[in-house]
Amino acid sequence: MNSGDAAGSSSGGSGDAGAPRRASRKPKYSKFTQQELPACKPILTPKWVISVFLLVGVIFVPIGVASLLASNKVVEIVDRYDDACVPSNVTNKLAYIQNSTISKTCRRTLKVPKDMKQPIFVYYQLNNFYQNHRRYVKSRNDQQLRDASKANETTLCDPEKTRDGMAIVPCGLIAWSTFNDTYTFQHNTNNLSIDKTDISWKSDRDHKFGSDVFPKNFQKGPLIGGKTLNESIPLSEQEDLIVWMRTAALPTFRKLYGRIYVDLKENDTITVTLDNNYNTYSFDGKKSLVLSTSTWLGGKNDFLGLAYLTVGGLCFFLAFAFTLLYLIKPRKLGDNNYLSWNRNSAGH
Amino acid sequence: MARVRRRLEKLKLSTLYSFALCAKGSTEDHSKIGTAGFSRVVYVNDPDRHEEEGFRYPRNEVSTTKYSLVTFVPKSLFEQFRRVANFYFLVSGILTLTPLAPYSAVSALLPLSVVITATMLKEGVEDWRRKQQDIELNNRIVKVHRGNGSFEETKWKYIKIGDVIKVEKDNFFPADLILLSSNYPDGICYVETMNLDGETNLKIKQALEVTSDLQEDGDFTNLRQIIKCEDPNANLYSFVGTMDYKGMRHPLSPQQLLLRDSKLRNTDYIYGAVIFTGHDTKVMQNATEPPSKRSKIEKKMDYIIYLLLCSLLGIALLGSVFFGIWTKADLRNGELKRWYLRPDDSTVFYDPKRAPLASFCHLLTALMLYNYFIPISLYISIEMVKILQAVFINQDIDMYDEESDKPTHARTSNLNEELGQVDTILSDKTGTLTCNMMEFIKCSIAGTAYGQSVTEVEKAMALRKGVPLGDEIEAGGHKEKQIEESPHVKGFNLKDPRIMDGNWIHEPNKDVIRDFFRLLAICHTCIPEVDETDKVSYEAESPDEAAFVIAARELGFEFYKRTQTSIVIRERDPNQNVADYQYRKYELLNVLEFSSSRRRMSVIVKEPEPEGRILLFSKGADSVMFTRLAPDGRKFEEETKRHINEYSDSGLRTLVLAYRVLDEKEYENFAEKFRTAKISGSADRDEQIGEAADSIERDLILLGATAVEDKLQKGVPECIDKLAQAGIKIWVLTGDKMETAINIGFACSLLRQGMTQIIIALEAPDIIALEKNGDKDSIAKASKQSVMGQIEDGIKQVPTLGQSSTESFALIIDGKSLTYALEDDVKFKFLDLAVKCASVICCRSSPKQKALVTRLVKHSDKVTLAIGDGANDVGMLQEADIGVGISGVEGMQAVMASDIAIAQFRFLERLLLVHGHWCYRRISVMICYFFYKNVTFGVTIFLYEAFASFSGKPAYNDWFLSLYNVFFTSLPVIALGVFDQDVSSRLCLQFKTLH
Repeated sequence: MNSGDAAGSSSGGSGDAGAPRRASRKPKYSKFTQQELPACKPILTPKWVISVFLLVGVIFVPIGVASLLASNKVVEIVDRYDDACVPSNVTNKLAYIQNSTISKTCRRTLKVPKDMKQPIFVYYQLNNFYQNHRRYVKSRNDQQLRDASKANETTLCDPEKTRDGMAIVPCGLIAWSTFNDTYTFQHNTNNLSIDKTDISWKSDRDHKFGSDVFPKNFQKGPLIGGKTLNESIPLSEQEDLIVWMRTAALPTFRKLYGRIYVDLKENDTITVTLDNNYNTYSFDGKKSLVLSTSTWLGGKNDFLGLAYLTVGGLCFFLAFAFTLLYLIKPRKLGDNNYLSWNRNSAGH
Repeated sequence: MARVRRRLEKLKLSTLYSFALCAKGSTEDHSKIGTAGFSRVVYVNDPDRHEEEGFRYPRNEVSTTKYSLVTFVPKSLFEQFRRVANFYFLVSGILTLTPLAPYSAVSALLPLSVVITATMLKEGVEDWRRKQQDIELNNRIVKVHRGNGSFEETKWKYIKIGDVIKVEKDNFFPADLILLSSNYPDGICYVETMNLDGETNLKIKQALEVTSDLQEDGDFTNLRQIIKCEDPNANLYSFVGTMDYKGMRHPLSPQQLLLRDSKLRNTDYIYGAVIFTGHDTKVMQNATEPPSKRSKIEKKMDYIIYLLLCSLLGIALLGSVFFGIWTKADLRNGELKRWYLRPDDSTVFYDPKRAPLASFCHLLTALMLYNYFIPISLYISIEMVKILQAVFINQDIDMYDEESDKPTHARTSNLNEELGQVDTILSDKTGTLTCNMMEFIKCSIAGTAYGQSVTEVEKAMALRKGVPLGDEIEAGGHKEKQIEESPHVKGFNLKDPRIMDGNWIHEPNKDVIRDFFRLLAICHTCIPEVDETDKVSYEAESPDEAAFVIAARELGFEFYKRTQTSIVIRERDPNQNVADYQYRKYELLNVLEFSSSRRRMSVIVKEPEPEGRILLFSKGADSVMFTRLAPDGRKFEEETKRHINEYSDSGLRTLVLAYRVLDEKEYENFAEKFRTAKISGSADRDEQIGEAADSIERDLILLGATAVEDKLQKGVPECIDKLAQAGIKIWVLTGDKMETAINIGFACSLLRQGMTQIIIALEAPDIIALEKNGDKDSIAKASKQSVMGQIEDGIKQVPTLGQSSTESFALIIDGKSLTYALEDDVKFKFLDLAVKCASVICCRSSPKQKALVTRLVKHSDKVTLAIGDGANDVGMLQEADIGVGISGVEGMQAVMASDIAIAQFRFLERLLLVHGHWCYRRISVMICYFFYKNVTFGVTIFLYEAFASFSGKPAYNDWFLSLYNVFFTSLPVIALGVFDQDVSSRLCLQFKTLH
């Protein structure tokens, strides 16, 4: 500090004005200011520890079992078709898929392993596709998608920004690379209709993709990425695009293609006619078609149940182990002899 | 009435002070005036002329603020970004403005700006307070000469160099002044320099004789003087200058210099000429920033941050390498691999053709992305936590001192957690362990010991021996009764019915007793102040003197009035009614002042008629006094010596009193000699005066001895005991002599029975012999060798570490040995020894030595806490890791230099054991928590990167990322840092080893 302070403080003392202030210098008593608020700090006694572990085990194991059961109830058909849908005489898959003149229709037969209740969800699953790549994720313009008047907003859309000086709507890599395989299903010679509405998020349709925004200049470049869009349908109704543009977090992902509102019986066969258009061959990705029912827990997912079971089981095990340890070799609580510095001196 | 009193005081006090006055200054080299460094010219009473002559002097407005309105933003920003972490965040914030950024720039810059703004606000508020203080100071009023002998009230800030100002009683000096005159005809005035050096005693300044007759306002109408003096500097105790007045050149010395921020006392008014203003004043020149202290945890934290930075760099590099490989693979021979990324049409950041460059850019991105490893809000959170902790410390009702009305005050909150780490306490003695309140407790008159009170040292000793003093309980009960009967008189604790209440008249040696107390009432330099109720209080230079005068008053010899030439004693006649007073007026002839070399003081007085004898009263240290006794004055020497030894064994300060009757002729001779010596003005003037005094201070007749107790502060022994149990080592650094120090050591249970004392002193006969020869080099050599030897012996005594030792050791070293022990080649050996001892006492140590010892202890990588209350401890306080100031009686200097101010020593226990423990634990847990949460967060981001081909896509939303540290997770951590207690305060105190 400095002299300014010194003089200031001493002037306070020299004046008699300090007198009435004096009484207030005593700190007020309250449990808060004196840090005497009640508090508890549990001491980890063996009984405490064991009972807590038991409790956790008791709660977790049933939850785990329930989730596993629910997951097991889900009937799932996964059919990988990327290799199978390339004719066996083609050696260069990449050239094959890039050749737009060849018809790439492909037929797959699926067997229903168990009864499947409606609704049956139809997904496509891609592997090794980095939708979460930073370049990819950023390459879109939300304003343009939402607002017709901002059609020329193409910032961040590099390199799919403009075509011949005209703004691309929807711009950006994501839209450009929209998945474009199509599926039609036949069940016992009847066509199975796929409901392709309401497969995207409602909020996306209502707020993020404008109902008056129409595709423009889309997929007109020399390099065609994926799906072409009908320029007469507004973006908010292009649900495949909306689904695709909600980018996946992981390189293996499923996206909803549609729903089938038909119950399927065990051992039914379904014939799928698909257009194998999307190029996953260049980056060694896999493509699969997934049909799945759902339960209260969602789709097939054993992980949650297994995690609960593991943790619960581990708790049971620890509780058991501690009980044994406690019974076999009990140790007095708060025994100073175990402290490190006491142990040292005990050696003498 | 007031006029009359003033007239009375208008007497030449300077005759009283033979040594202190004009003693210095004549030796200063005045030839340097006008050369470089001594260029200042001041036209007194003509302030406007300076500008005409082209001198530019600063105004008297002072500003202690760090920033001004204009410089605040740039300067404080600069300060902010000097912190490594802040700078790092700034750089990464700027980088987010480039396309490199993994998230939006706003979300990265906002938290940084929040943090910076908060810190800046804090700085701003602190500075604003300083500004307020400055404004208050600058607007104080003082009277300034405005021509024609009229003085006008002016604000301090408008004072200019050369102004003649009039300062009235109990006011501060607004600038550095040259004293021209005061209401005393000889131009002396009393000054209190508490704000400068922390000393409460009054200092005397005297104007030049030529100016001291400027007594009235009107005298200044046509006053013209030219003062030439040195340039502004920080040295408080030196000043060189000359004054041209009436065609003569007079030398000026510090004796004429009145410093800003000191206070005029006991003087109605002074006139002075302003020579240094504003920041030129010596006190402002002295104002240096105290060294900023950083706690060990903070240092460790920096280390951890660097570690985190490295790991950050590591994983960022790893990510970049992978990113580079994968990006390069995207385009092979013109074939697109991940076609959806359009690697053929890429920017530099993702261009497979320039993969290394892309990889490098990615490195930058990754550094930004992973900066969640480094907690941005850590510093500010820690600061907040510490401030809140400090608030709690200040609020602690158990550390509030009722008497002085002072709570604990943590002045810097930086060091809270260090309190929990203190290993060594370095303590001052006077005012810290003891109250610096002298109590007249015992005396030995004519070989008879009076006074039955039990001193604390005796209590401690009795306790040590395990035998309760027979009369202790009785005395205790007796004491309480007495306190009920009569209010305790401060400074007086003599309990003996034989001499109290006038009973001394029945004692066999009543004449000696009477002389004894008369001496006490006369031989001093106190100034009495009589209030309306006719009660007398005293203003004394030292508490010892006050204790003597009070003792004399209590026993019926009341020192009532002092004038320039006389001392009036009001004596109660023991035989008659108490209310009946007898006034005895002693004519004061000479005062031979106390000095540390003389170690005694004497007065020569003429008794009132009818006796009319000329008496020399003398008191002093036993060592000098016993040699000056007359052969027939040694009647009680044996007993008195015995008593003195007893007293000093019980930790009391002793003085020997003696007197002498002078005959007229002898006095005449002396007076003549003394006068010539005094006015000689030559270099050996002091010696001559000393010689003259020496010649008269002999053949004394012994009266007796006094014993004054330096009261221990409340709860000191218990506190020290507990701290020792907590494993804290306590060193006492004191200026006292060894015996006293050891006694005090016993009294406050620093030394215990069964402790082996290792004493290092330089009192071996060969060294004393050498000292007599006076060859400095050989003395130093021999002394050093002796100290070395003693230290080595000591080390041999102490068993090496690791071996368990049942007995503990105490090291006692005196100042002279300390000088040698602190020399570079010896000091580590000394430290080795000292560290192994449970307690260390350094006697006769100077302030500088205190600081050196502190520095030495710091070398051993242990946290040191210094505690002290006086200006002499300032060095020690600033040097130590933590400086604790006692806001006691000795002024504010120590408190100003300290980090934490407490009212009494005993609060140290709670401060260290409770708050120290808590704060340390809280801060450490909090920092761990902080790093933990940031590292877990950072790792999730990194793991996600592995799934996003290390492209730098964060797993979380931008705003979640940036607010994670600042808002979402900061409160629980702060709460933990402020409130968490692992054990209650009661348990902390009970189990000291927790510390």
